[in-house]
Amino acid sequence: MDALTLQGVCHAYNGVLAIDSIDLTVGEGKLVCLLGPSGCGKTTVLRVAAGLEAVQQGRVFIAESEVARPGASMPPEERGVGLVFQDYALFPHLTVAENVAFGLKGRPSVERLGTPKQMLDLVGLADLSERYPHTLSGGEQQRVALARALAPRPRLLLLDEPYTGLDIHLRNQVRDETLRVLRMAGISTMIVTHDPEEAMYMADHIAVMRAGRILQQGTPSELYNAPANAFIARFLSDVNAMHGTVEGGVVPSLFGSLDSNGVDEGARVDVLIRPEALSFSNDGGRPAIVAAVRPLGHTSIVTLIMADDGTELRARVLSIDSPAEGAQVMLTLDVRQSFVFPCAEPTSEE
Amino acid sequence: MSLSAPEAKPNGFLSGLPFRRPDGWTITALVVAGLVATPIAVVMASLFVPAGEVWRHLAATVLPGYVANTMMLMIGVGLGTLAIGVATAWLVTMCQFPGRALFEWALLLPLAVPTYAIAFTYGGLFEFAGPVQSALRDAFAWGRGDYWFPDIRSLGGAVLVMTVVLYPYVYLLARAAFLEQSVCVIEVSRTLGRSPWQSFVEVALPLARPAIAGGLALALMETLGDFGAVQYLAVSTFTTGIFRTWFGLGEPIAAAQLSAALMLFVLALILFERSSRGGRKFHHTSRRYRALPRYKLGGTTAAWGFLACFTPIFLGFLLPGGQLVAWTLETASTVVDADFLTLAANSVMLASATAVIAVAVALLLAYGHRLRPGPLMAGATRVSSMGYAIPGAVIAVGVLVPFAWLDNRLDAFMREAFGLSTGLILSGTLAALIFGYLVRFLAISFNTVEASLGKVTPTMDGSARTLGLGPGATLARVHMPIISGSLLTAALLVFVDVMKELPATMIMRPFNFNTLAVRAFELAEDEQLAESAPAALSIVAVGILPVILLSLAIARSRPGHWADKEAA
Repeated sequence: MDALTLQGVCHAYNGVLAIDSIDLTVGEGKLVCLLGPSGCGKTTVLRVAAGLEAVQQGRVFIAESEVARPGASMPPEERGVGLVFQDYALFPHLTVAENVAFGLKGRPSVERLGTPKQMLDLVGLADLSERYPHTLSGGEQQRVALARALAPRPRLLLLDEPYTGLDIHLRNQVRDETLRVLRMAGISTMIVTHDPEEAMYMADHIAVMRAGRILQQGTPSELYNAPANAFIARFLSDVNAMHGTVEGGVVPSLFGSLDSNGVDEGARVDVLIRPEALSFSNDGGRPAIVAAVRPLGHTSIVTLIMADDGTELRARVLSIDSPAEGAQVMLTLDVRQSFVFPCAEPTSEE
Repeated sequence: MSLSAPEAKPNGFLSGLPFRRPDGWTITALVVAGLVATPIAVVMASLFVPAGEVWRHLAATVLPGYVANTMMLMIGVGLGTLAIGVATAWLVTMCQFPGRALFEWALLLPLAVPTYAIAFTYGGLFEFAGPVQSALRDAFAWGRGDYWFPDIRSLGGAVLVMTVVLYPYVYLLARAAFLEQSVCVIEVSRTLGRSPWQSFVEVALPLARPAIAGGLALALMETLGDFGAVQYLAVSTFTTGIFRTWFGLGEPIAAAQLSAALMLFVLALILFERSSRGGRKFHHTSRRYRALPRYKLGGTTAAWGFLACFTPIFLGFLLPGGQLVAWTLETASTVVDADFLTLAANSVMLASATAVIAVAVALLLAYGHRLRPGPLMAGATRVSSMGYAIPGAVIAVGVLVPFAWLDNRLDAFMREAFGLSTGLILSGTLAALIFGYLVRFLAISFNTVEASLGKVTPTMDGSARTLGLGPGATLARVHMPIISGSLLTAALLVFVDVMKELPATMIMRPFNFNTLAVRAFELAEDEQLAESAPAALSIVAVGILPVILLSLAIARSRPGHWADKEAA
């Protein structure tokens, strides 16, 4: 049974369309990431699912029963949906234990008394149950918010940018910890994020949004290996961007002919090449001069000037393989990591 | 020029103690603090002066009544202002209904009406010969004694009139607190199974509690300090007792002792406010603000919401204001003459002089505190701004007792040395009056100036100083231009409060010197209500100025539109 289904959902704030015809499903026990740049409407989707915003068009189902359609919306308190805000929104006047117990009002006393402790054990904060939120670190606050949302055993959990409030070291640790807790709870989850790496690391299913619409959805590897357009390709990873033209059904390049991806003959195209698509070779390839080497740890970014036409390209190679600056190398292309798209309107999202 | 070690910020234990050589700024602040503290110290010290017969007489006859009335008044006004202030604040911040935007600022209008002015307008409206009872008699053909009508000249009447003009203090602070709360917190409460109403009771209200307590404390301080309303409505409280003892019995020490007893109430109030705020300051765990999604009220609910906001405005502003206008139209032609203009000129002169001095002193204190932060300076500024909690009558007694003592000493000395009597040269002068006002209203100008000085970052000070300006020149060329708007605001607030002030003026004014407020009250006490209206109306009109300022501040603080929603 699907935990959440959105069908053709539209929502406008004061007449300005924030999300447009959203179709999305969160399967039972699945983790779905809504991924997109800020202002793309992803948080609005989450608010619609929680019942904090009404829908102007379309329908919303939770556990396959309808909760919203135009003109009718089940209030958030009746939906049985857990929500963790970006800044956690803990109740500052309640202790950690009271925060976690907040959603258990009206439940049998066994549950009211036992669940908060279980939940705090689950997130590893049993020791802090009598503390007030402002005495906790950011990571601890996030875990309390998670425990609070999980305590009433919601049918669906919604997380809004759950890690952006944390510094980079804490973020990876909290992310793994959250994933562990979500898997143990076996709960269907929707996470909103602007970080593609985070989405790909966590999600079973990703929906990429832009300007209120879902552009593409699929598993992380589907999206990564076959982005539907230049925006998604650029959003998911760093790329070398070039222009080309379709000639004779293919796009000629320094590295030979590339598949035209169905673009019309004679049309201008964007050619996007991931830095990791370029590698050094001892036989074949095109000559280039190493202009700069920037080590990132286990990989390095190598800036190259092509000997043929002076094009500047960036390659990502293992640091142990990185050449010296000024060296002459031969470069080959892995076509699976290069993409051809119709020359779109100038992409502004960078 | 010798180089001295750069002055360190007082971070160590020793440097924080007052062993450091005090400089000009600190000395100035200490002198101001000393002057402001004198009247209060005098009043409190009077507790240790044996007052003998008078005090025993007071304690046996009227004191229990003062205590009981004062307590009842505080409880009544406290409950009333809480109910009206919190309910209206919640309605205008969280609900959508016709007239909401208008009510948001109009709910402040009763602040413009001084308690004594509403007391005697209500007295005139609801007395036996007044329009309300006359209309009832005409409508139902009743005669005297045929019906029961509540007496406005009662404790209940005093509670009513004070509640409808003092609830804006609670409203103002509660509204600010509700706005400040992150809506996320309410929304989380909704997703955890609470209805909008339950979320209000369990989350919003506890979070706003410190602010609400602050507003309540302000309203109750005004209640304690009120003299005109309780005097007119014949409710004996500490303030009327102080007047009776001072003027009627001619017993300054006993009056000071009553003042000291009143001060204990004020102290209790301050402690209450501190404790309800104290211990645990609610740090807002959420810093995201989004446009408030107001619950739309429909049909009857909207009508109730409208009525709940309209009634206090009607009772606290429209009704008394309308009556004052009607009376003024009736009597202006005879009342507004050269004498009236003299009254107005007196009021404006006193208010302007006090405002200018209060702002100058406040600037001195606030800037000094900035230049020389330290416990001594902090203590001095805190003492200087405590006068606002002290009732005007208490300050008047506390100013006049030492001034009279000084006068007598001076007079005795001059008579002994030169054989001439100087009489009373300090007490009963405008200087004494303005000093009394300063003690009472310095807090208003200081808080405003200090808050606005915060807008000038320390790096601006640093830039000006490294560009060769001294502290004084920095103040004149950097700070004052930046905060000039706030200085005007501070001056305006003090100006209006002095215009409205009644009890301190009545005690301290020079012989035969009158202000609008005093004249309005005297006429009202003589039951010449219609004649008192032009003066009262002038004060209300001036009192609307700060309401306008507050409304503008409210308009600016309104959270952004929907575009903010996706900002993150």
